[in-house]
Amino acid sequence: MAEPTHAIRLHVNGVAYDLDVPARRLLSDALRHDLELTGTHVGCEHGVCGACTVLLDGEPVRSCLTLAVSVDGEEVTTVEGLAAADGQLGPVQQAFKDCHGLQCGFCTPGFLTTITAGLRDNPDPTRDEAREMIAGNLCRCTGYQNIVASVLRAAELSASTGGSQIPKHAGVSQDLPTASGAEGDGGGTP
Amino acid sequence: MTTKLFGDPIPRLEDERLLRGQGQYLDDLGNDALEVAIVRSPHAHARIVDIDVDPALDVDGLVAIYTWDDLDGPLAEPLPLLIPHPTLTHSRTPYALAKDEVNHVGEAVAMVVATDRYIAEDAASRIRVTYDPLPPVVGIAAARAAADLVHDDVPGNVAARMRQSNGDADAAIAAAPHRISLDLDIERSASTPLEGRGVLARWDTESARLRIWSSTQTSTGLRAAIAARLELSLGQVDVLTPDVGGGFGVKIVHPWPEEVLVAMAARALGRPVKFTEDRREHFIAAAHERGQQHHVEAGYDDEGRLLGLSVRFWHDNGAYTPYGLIVPIITSTQLLGPYKPGAYTVEFDSLYTNTVLVTPYRGAGRPQGAYVMERTLDAIAAELGLDRTAVREANFIQPDEMPYDHGLIFQDGKPLRYDSGDFPASLEKLKKLVGWDDFEAYRDQARAEGRRVGIGIGCYVEGTGVGPYEGGHVHIETTGKVKVATGLTSQGQGHQTVFAQIVADELGVPIEDVEVVTGDTRRFPYAVGTFASRAAVMSGSAIALAARRARAKALRIAAEALEASEEDLEIVDGIVQVRGAPDSRIALGTVAVLSNPLRYAFDEASKAATQFAVGDPTKPPVPEGDEPGLEGRDYYSPNQSTFANGMHAAIVETDPDTAEIRILRYCVVHDCGPMINPRIVEGQIHGGVGQGVGGALYERMAYDEYGQLLNASFMDFLMPYVTEVPEQIEIDHLETPSPLNPLGIKGLGEAGIIPSSAVFASAIEDAEGIPIRSMPISPSELFELRRRHGKDGDRG
Repeated sequence: MAEPTHAIRLHVNGVAYDLDVPARRLLSDALRHDLELTGTHVGCEHGVCGACTVLLDGEPVRSCLTLAVSVDGEEVTTVEGLAAADGQLGPVQQAFKDCHGLQCGFCTPGFLTTITAGLRDNPDPTRDEAREMIAGNLCRCTGYQNIVASVLRAAELSASTGGSQIPKHAGVSQDLPTASGAEGDGGGTP
Repeated sequence: MTTKLFGDPIPRLEDERLLRGQGQYLDDLGNDALEVAIVRSPHAHARIVDIDVDPALDVDGLVAIYTWDDLDGPLAEPLPLLIPHPTLTHSRTPYALAKDEVNHVGEAVAMVVATDRYIAEDAASRIRVTYDPLPPVVGIAAARAAADLVHDDVPGNVAARMRQSNGDADAAIAAAPHRISLDLDIERSASTPLEGRGVLARWDTESARLRIWSSTQTSTGLRAAIAARLELSLGQVDVLTPDVGGGFGVKIVHPWPEEVLVAMAARALGRPVKFTEDRREHFIAAAHERGQQHHVEAGYDDEGRLLGLSVRFWHDNGAYTPYGLIVPIITSTQLLGPYKPGAYTVEFDSLYTNTVLVTPYRGAGRPQGAYVMERTLDAIAAELGLDRTAVREANFIQPDEMPYDHGLIFQDGKPLRYDSGDFPASLEKLKKLVGWDDFEAYRDQARAEGRRVGIGIGCYVEGTGVGPYEGGHVHIETTGKVKVATGLTSQGQGHQTVFAQIVADELGVPIEDVEVVTGDTRRFPYAVGTFASRAAVMSGSAIALAARRARAKALRIAAEALEASEEDLEIVDGIVQVRGAPDSRIALGTVAVLSNPLRYAFDEASKAATQFAVGDPTKPPVPEGDEPGLEGRDYYSPNQSTFANGMHAAIVETDPDTAEIRILRYCVVHDCGPMINPRIVEGQIHGGVGQGVGGALYERMAYDEYGQLLNASFMDFLMPYVTEVPEQIEIDHLETPSPLNPLGIKGLGEAGIIPSSAVFASAIEDAEGIPIRSMPISPSELFELRRRHGKDGDRG
């Protein structure tokens, strides 16, 4: 017997997507496999590593511990939504590039989303606060040295460009034309 | 003027893509593929009595179920022994799916293929396997005791016994003025990349070709293995390595059962099939490392000079030995580090246990070797009342003794012969960096404040850049863009960047014009793989040689076109020009056009190369011995490994009440020869040190007596977060070039992790005054050690 599904609407990086998903479908799988936004990575499936972190209405959550049906109608920001509307890297992304804050890059999307929210709440962190900000995410490559440096660099970059913001996308409102499932533009910047 | 890029800490070329979420890791591919779930053994040791798949058959979305009975031909045989050795007399490798018996929790028993992973897991959970449990052998003590056997036909659980010696160590120890013996243990840890294993296979029925994507450290090795198992010709199989989310050794093993099975299923079903490992599976079904017990006998003189050293050790190889004896061979040879004992004997047993198999994890036996040697030297210093660095100095190989031959055979079957290094200079740098000579004053000051601090040191030599070879291909296209390929794979080391730096320098082109592809057998089918800190040395050298060939050809063709002498030409920013007369110039892209005589023009550039436009009508268009195209291909195959080295020091503070261990400072002096990109070098060291902290203070595989891994999750396996690593890693470099390769480089990937257990054991012992003989060490264990040594309540 086919598994029952539920109709939900996800707003991801400013684009609305209508999906039919089983109740048990994880948000991480809905993003990665239904919407083909594969920038969100899954490293442990039990909420410890933080690679799958996305912003839910601006707050970091583990998408591997979140059921897609539970966020019906909410606004999700993934790594694909962190660049500016003109395609420029966002300040946190740019800082990681400047500071060699990534090696294999698998954990990176979770750090980028976490730090984006962290700097919004604390735009000018001390070194200790920068460490605290990333203390819930695992990285196996960098020994965290350059990730801490990236947080501080991102704060500098944000200060010079008027604060770390989740990029405003044109299409946050419900009125926008909706894309259905994998037919969404999958881009993040409409 | 083109700036020299070798040595320039440029930002990585890989990053932009990865930062935008546009990386392509294994599970980002094949969204249309069927997905696999594996039924794994819940028992450490059992006979399989029956597998009943019937309850799974009515799961909607199920496509296929395979057990060993469904495999045939080479697929039904045990997986290969990748690295045989004459002393590996009792090698055992697993079947792709267990046949009759399982030998560790997590061993693959059945494979389910379904429309997605959820469905596949539903079906897998319904398959009923009946087991007849057998007594499990867990831990080195049980393996040595051999009251029970892992494999019925392997007496004593001994897979291999190997002995090497240089001189008569026993006689030297007996005749020495002082003697010491030590027992030193180290526990299991594992690579634990953030991305687990994964493989995707597509069978193209029309062309009868198989395409595999795998999160692997060797695409060519996997290609050959898959072709053999599926009885395909090599030409029918392509292996592509996508972005790999970390490897650290575990992904060099091939073929994994899942790689063979997914390829088989893709062909059988005519549909793409994918396996993505989950975290629990990675703990119980991939590979571990490190677990060894060592007994040391040493004889030494009044200066602490080692006159004779005899080491006996026991290596836990887990349930199977697909990767041969590489790890214990490395321990047994690299244990010597920068030192030259008068005589040395080493003997090890490689032992079966009913646990996950053991294959190299970053460092690959070296951390154990460095730990044993450095603990021994610390113990000698303590016995003699000498400074620990003085004992090391007394034992150093001196720079004028290079190349230094230890009289042993290394892991590559070649002599253990160091090519370069200046150990006294490295130690001097380290002592200065950490302030070794001022530490007693600091200790006094801390003690006055009621704090307990200690300093530790660890030195190592790392054989890097092992053979047999790697190759490189450099193709200058008619656009002037340069396409570079090498066969080995990348897992985050920044190969695209450093190889592009090398090529840009060699050719004199802007780095933006250079594109590097790794790990794609279609682009470069001859390769070995990425392990043993070998990529920069091996592929870097091969690519440099290939670029030099392309350059030589470009200069030859340009000299003809410009009617100049080759010696007078230079290449600047992609333009070949006469030195001192830059008006006489030709772009490399145009040279590429000229290099390939054409009959048909297809664009403006190619018009210049058609038969009525170029060439001497009296000569063949492609001269004898020449080839069309502006390309260079070359290989680098050294006679032996290069040997990088380094020394680390740490200052720790131990809490007098809670025994918590805090890292106050961590200093590294490192010699990997000339650095291609110092930013990447430092990143590699940071990462190694971070993992080393994990291995020394936090990580272990907690098996119970039944062979159940109790901490098979990130909740329970304590991988360091930022809160556990040193706040700052202080680094100083020494760059003694290797004479063995065209760039003088030595590897570095594993360096940061090698001396960690040695360094922290040394520092904690120094803080506590209690001998540390087992690593890793947790606060609870230190607390217990204090009690046993009557030092609880000692406010030191």
